[in-house]
Amino acid sequence: MNLEWDEFFVTGEPLIYAADVSIVLTTIAIIFVLTYFKKWKWLWREWLTTVDHKKIGIMYIFAALLMLFRAGVDALLMRAQLTVPNSKILEGQHYNEIFTTHGTIMIIFMAMPFLIGLINFVVPLQIGARDVAYPFLNAVSFWTFFMGAMLFNISFIIGGSPSAGWTSYVPLAGDELSPDPGQNFYLIGLQIAGIGTLLTGINFLVTILKMRAPGMTWMRMPMFTWSTLITMILIIFAFPVLTVALALMTFDRLFGSHFFTLADGGLPMLWANLFWIWGHPEVYIVILPAFGIFSEIISTFARKTLFGYKAMVWSIVAIAGLSFVVWVHHFFTMGANAAVNSFFSITTMMIAIPTGVKIFNWLFTLYKGRIKMTTAMLWSLAFIPNFTIGGVTGVMLAMAAADYQYHNTYFLVAHFHYVLISGTVFACFAGLFFWYPKMFGYKLNERLGKWGFWFFMIGFNVTFFPMYFLGLAGMPRRIYTYEWADGWFNLNVVASIGGVGMAIGFVLLVYNIYWSFRHAERENEGDPWDGRTLEWSTPTPVPFYNFAITPTVKGLDAYIIMKKDREQQEKTYKPIHMPSYSGLPIIMSAAFFISGFGLVFKWWWIAIIGLIGVLVTLVLRSFDYDEGYYVQVEEIERIENAYK
Amino acid sequence: MEYVQSEANKHDAPDTPLEYQSETGRLNILGFWIFLGAEIALFATLFATYLVLIGRYADGPVPWELFEVKGVLIETFLLLTSSFTCGLAIHEMRRHSLKGLVAWLGITLVLGVAFLSFEIYEFIHYIHEGASLTTSAYWSGFYVLVGTHGAHVTMGIAWIVLIIIQLFQRGLTKQTTRKVFVASLYWHFLDVVWIFIFTAVYLYGMVIHHG
Repeated sequence: MNLEWDEFFVTGEPLIYAADVSIVLTTIAIIFVLTYFKKWKWLWREWLTTVDHKKIGIMYIFAALLMLFRAGVDALLMRAQLTVPNSKILEGQHYNEIFTTHGTIMIIFMAMPFLIGLINFVVPLQIGARDVAYPFLNAVSFWTFFMGAMLFNISFIIGGSPSAGWTSYVPLAGDELSPDPGQNFYLIGLQIAGIGTLLTGINFLVTILKMRAPGMTWMRMPMFTWSTLITMILIIFAFPVLTVALALMTFDRLFGSHFFTLADGGLPMLWANLFWIWGHPEVYIVILPAFGIFSEIISTFARKTLFGYKAMVWSIVAIAGLSFVVWVHHFFTMGANAAVNSFFSITTMMIAIPTGVKIFNWLFTLYKGRIKMTTAMLWSLAFIPNFTIGGVTGVMLAMAAADYQYHNTYFLVAHFHYVLISGTVFACFAGLFFWYPKMFGYKLNERLGKWGFWFFMIGFNVTFFPMYFLGLAGMPRRIYTYEWADGWFNLNVVASIGGVGMAIGFVLLVYNIYWSFRHAERENEGDPWDGRTLEWSTPTPVPFYNFAITPTVKGLDAYIIMKKDREQQEKTYKPIHMPSYSGLPIIMSAAFFISGFGLVFKWWWIAIIGLIGVLVTLVLRSFDYDEGYYVQVEEIERIENAYK
Repeated sequence: MEYVQSEANKHDAPDTPLEYQSETGRLNILGFWIFLGAEIALFATLFATYLVLIGRYADGPVPWELFEVKGVLIETFLLLTSSFTCGLAIHEMRRHSLKGLVAWLGITLVLGVAFLSFEIYEFIHYIHEGASLTTSAYWSGFYVLVGTHGAHVTMGIAWIVLIIIQLFQRGLTKQTTRKVFVASLYWHFLDVVWIFIFTAVYLYGMVIHHG
């Protein structure tokens, strides 16, 4: 082991000194506040050891918002650098690091966790369940995600960030061209977080398969639950491929194997194939739950049952199936023959068919609806045209021959930001506004919410629409500067102005959360939007056991039917089984973090200590026969009566 | 564990195996089947990688120079037999015989350890002959595919040892039988994967590819 402290901490950049200072100050502030208000025990008991799906969901969303901030700052730095030709704000290497971490964090540590957070909070409530199938495993999922994200993030100040792009193409990402530990942070951070994602996939698949309330048949499942179910199947089959790909590159970099090297028979294209066999389904993993969220919100605020419910279900299934047979469209220009490119070109275009079906179904749901323009609804309505722009340009890119012109230009950058932001990010914000009263017992401020919406949505269009034209004008992606003679200045200025608009939108959202925490009117019943699905039938805040009596489902939009029937169920409670909280998940994940940190720097003894920690926690879990406890009837009566 | 009330009754029949009698038991066993689905995706990726890298020997040795029929057949015999004894263990468990269960699990473990010893010996032998992880892309693929299976077998052995301790502590309960059953599914899965390794790696490397 050769530890060199002067190289350990990244130095030399004012931005990094600023990050150092802010990390130290934030840490001191957190420790001070927790100590001053004597909250350590509370934090440990109520949050760090929780296995309650609702709290885990909220922690996911909180972490995702932090990551949105971090990767958003990356984005603003890129826009700052590209506004003016020959700009000297960032050096080339630093720019590479920033677009790499921006992409990786936005997809892996922002979009997915945000959606999984909403899924965690909503889906068990939506299907009338008291928890997920494996509450302990759910906590493991969250903490491995969190520790993986932290490991990836500290690369900024320790050892250096990865710089080979979020796709990490070899040979650039290999040991010879990226000898610094940055790429190891990418590989191992994603690997640790990936464990959590796979476990989430299994957990929610079983939850939806087995724990639906009586009467909730397949075709009575809410759309968000359907999209979650299909997403979980995608996760279960796609994530093992990422696990293997990351492991193989880790072997190449740490142990000298030759999977992707140029020498000794290695095959760099193997990486591109493995990465996108996971990576393409991944973009549907972050878009299908978004479709589910929009479906819920649009039908709630159009006050109509979702139009073409069955067609919606089958289109999700079709999209999920097709997502596995299109991956080569990510490298049309890398030398596959015409037959291969044609096959993947056609399968790619076919995705537009079920997606189009869904777009029309949303529009028909709105048709003759009595529409309520809430903030959540605004985000959902804005999604439809913006996402369509992204989709249509996607079909343009799907033509292999034309792709030779567009690929690796800002046209592509514009396309995927149009689908991912107007699809996933809009859905995250819409879902947050929609389910916020269920999470915390009060609405976010609608006025601030709408201001935030307009800033962000207009800013988004101003940022990314010019990029289509920059791409057609030949501006390549991933470049850190350009010349006056290139003629890309005007559109870049416009794009940067839009970026500021999006930033203001984000700040307004954060301020909204603070303002509403202080001033928003508290709800006393659980159904602020006249909801249609079961989560709105619970009181607010939701008791930890969710449903005192398991509801019976009589059709699609189960809660609407209940409200119409108004039948008084007899309230005879039975004891409810609940799982115990546990500190093992966070300790196990911390051990993963330690082990991963050792591997990043090839400090084997630290890696081994961490690994031993993981194994010890696994053994402890195996010998742990705590099967939870029962909430007694008197306790349930006391809690339920308090809501009256 | 009454998560799903409607299903509670049909599992109370006296011939329902212990491990299926609790809601947790049923959920965990189903979840483990799905986990095995993910494991299939994992091994499929490793097999695809291995097959793509066949022929990429750089200047290193080629497989048919090193593979030996005898060692591979012994390994195959040991692992397939261990799957059979593991099945007998579950049979004994269903007969509520703790003694029979532990005895057959013990034999399964011995066979598993013997398999691993042969595999480790095989690896050391190849490395002596100049074929290591770093020799060529082909050998990288070989060691990671076969090694991942070997690592799974190692995990399986450690897991079953832990369960045997719990069987001594607690006897046959809904929880312990569930754990044994899940571990047995895992063990059979490793057996199935080995059959594919036997075919795609050794049979192909020795006969088809060379011949």
